[in-house]
Amino acid sequence: MAAKKKTFEYAPALESRAIVDIKSSYGLFINGEFVDGKGGSFKSISPSSEEVLAEITEATASDVDLAVKAARKAYETVWSKLPGSERAKYLYRIARIMAERSREFAVLESLDNGKPIKESRDVDLPLVSQWFFYYAGWADKLGYAGLGPDPKALGVAGQVIPWNFPIMMLAWKIAPALAAGNTVVLKPAETTPLTALLFAEVCQQADLPPGVVNIITGAGATGEALVTHPDVDKVAFTGSTAVGKAIARSVAGTNKKVTLELGGKAANIVFDDAPLDQAIEGIVGGIFFNQGHVCCAGSRLLVQENIYDDVLERLKRRMSTLRLGDPLDKNTDIGAINSAEQLARIKELSDIGDAEGAERWSAPCEIPDSGFWFPPTIFTGVTQAHRIAREEIFGPVLSVLTFRTPSEAVEKANNTPYGLSAGVWTEKGSRILSMANQLRAGVVWANTFNKFDPSSPFGGYKESGYGREGGKHGLAAYLKGAV
Amino acid sequence: MARVEVRKTHKLYIGGAFPRSESGRTYEAVDSKGEFLANMAKASRKDARDAVVAARKAFGGWSTRTPYNRGQVIYRIAEVMEGRREQFIDDLRASEGVTEKKAATYVDAAIDRVVWYAGWADKYVQVLGNANAVSGPFFNLSTPEPTGVVAVVAPAGPLLGLVSVIAPAIATGNTVVVIASEKYPVPAVTLSEVMAASDVPGGVVNILTGSAAEIAPWLASHMDVNALDLAGVDDAKLAAELEVASAENLKRVLRAPAAEVDWLAEPSLARLEALIETKTVWHPIGV
Repeated sequence: MAAKKKTFEYAPALESRAIVDIKSSYGLFINGEFVDGKGGSFKSISPSSEEVLAEITEATASDVDLAVKAARKAYETVWSKLPGSERAKYLYRIARIMAERSREFAVLESLDNGKPIKESRDVDLPLVSQWFFYYAGWADKLGYAGLGPDPKALGVAGQVIPWNFPIMMLAWKIAPALAAGNTVVLKPAETTPLTALLFAEVCQQADLPPGVVNIITGAGATGEALVTHPDVDKVAFTGSTAVGKAIARSVAGTNKKVTLELGGKAANIVFDDAPLDQAIEGIVGGIFFNQGHVCCAGSRLLVQENIYDDVLERLKRRMSTLRLGDPLDKNTDIGAINSAEQLARIKELSDIGDAEGAERWSAPCEIPDSGFWFPPTIFTGVTQAHRIAREEIFGPVLSVLTFRTPSEAVEKANNTPYGLSAGVWTEKGSRILSMANQLRAGVVWANTFNKFDPSSPFGGYKESGYGREGGKHGLAAYLKGAV
Repeated sequence: MARVEVRKTHKLYIGGAFPRSESGRTYEAVDSKGEFLANMAKASRKDARDAVVAARKAFGGWSTRTPYNRGQVIYRIAEVMEGRREQFIDDLRASEGVTEKKAATYVDAAIDRVVWYAGWADKYVQVLGNANAVSGPFFNLSTPEPTGVVAVVAPAGPLLGLVSVIAPAIATGNTVVVIASEKYPVPAVTLSEVMAASDVPGGVVNILTGSAAEIAPWLASHMDVNALDLAGVDDAKLAAELEVASAENLKRVLRAPAAEVDWLAEPSLARLEALIETKTVWHPIGV
């Protein structure tokens, strides 16, 4: 009789939340201080347990106005007068404080967002510190960015960021804005405001002049009041394509400069000569990283037909080892879906996948009793006409399609109104470069996926938005003259 | 007996051909004294859509030509313009009533502008792209690429403004649908003859004459147009409406100029930059 296969179990390895001091309620951070807003409040909950973490203030239009006024005053009296070398020092200070307090931020981020601690700790927070460090160095070198000899700041930037990478998106927005000499009013997403509010304390610790960074919380109406405020010179938004279009309409006929970082439906293309072990890791990381709450996620897998069975078998085997559960457990691969609303959206689109005849397979995961969860899932038998192949699901759901020739892969990959990212897996260098040339996407990862770096421009073609974040391209978005 | 002049029929320029407007409509172009110059084709919505189809069809070939070749083709435009210098000067004098000297200044500047942008075709990638110093074992390059089909409302300056908006768009590999100045359409038609006679593939440049207020909204809302250049829109309300329509598929919009543009001044890179995308390609480094 064959011996029963034994596997070792993982003991829970919980990260302590003692490092974080969460207040029962938060005001708005305006002009360097926490102030009471005029609006009501809402709750920020932990999506893995539905525990109420804090009461958050809903900023009204008049609160937004106060924040913009504070930013304008700080711009005119302090920040625009400061030499770049001095601005740089503040940004370096922030970079260092974020590194010093990174564990605290990582724990808070995982609590508020639901993402695994290993991601907030090892990906998000290191990038946050690096982002400030990178842009700090630009502050006194703007004349060397290739945008003309003496580029000028725009003024007040109104920034609205999403819930999938709350503190990372804050860094992506605030670091280049301040380096270029602008002041900022930032609105985090209503489901994940806590790390932005903790960042306000970092601004205080860094002795950043009051009003240079203002943080206001609220939902869509607050964001709308911010981007339509007549005294905002620059609008930066990351989020859904629908809201991005509404913002593009709302700034029509104004002088506001706009960058939009919107949705995606990226193709991840695997050729038959790909290094399959790495490709499987890349496919898994491409779609299941951050619960699939990634605008550039590789949500459409295109597999060359002759290796389809092999890839599917390996993929299912690998997915079966993913551990879903407590975001604060260091062994956790898949955390909680960010909100009940988002979970409903993922379920709805997955059900449409079933109804349209695609075949669903989910990794065998135990789903916790409380909180919002969705197991890593793939759909096979998907065609380009299926809604799950066309619409952004923004969850751990992968659609699998096949192709025979490189040109068919290009055609299918480009058959989307989006154009944010794409992946190519092949050992053949000339094929990588040819594919990279033909794919209509702002980022192409070849034999890797979901890599980010502050020196590296990121942003989309077509309906994935306009402008780039990262690198010197990311500076241009906050300077006059440059597009 | 005096010779009877052979007059020219002014038509649209779409996909390398010179059709009349499918609507059968024309309007009168007049000179600076209000005297009749010519009947111009008055482009319709259908003409605009045909032009987009032609521009899309031409995009693949044009955008994948070597930059060196695109530069040569654009330089060839300048060569052919030079040969028609007198005709352009006559066109400008008739349209605007300017002196021969002033007309010559603008025509020469227009030819030189095309030469300037021809040189950018194989350089903008070096100036606007870069290698990125990422923290990790990766090869990482950001390269600019054309946005796609660009719809342009050309400025009123009859020739210099027109080439100043067409040349940067095609230098980077885009294809264009241009609405010529309604008031000064004659030089635009002469320019389309230049395009046909030079080496520019059909569909790369499409020139429509008619009413911008009538045609531009169809281009702004067209789902297969990727960018909109409002250089010639001086009506703030229309500009805002066109921006709103452009939001439907998130077209890149080059806004209407806030103040009058001095087209004689040396341009910046802004027009090249506005009509490109930046693609970042990552690959691991290892053995």
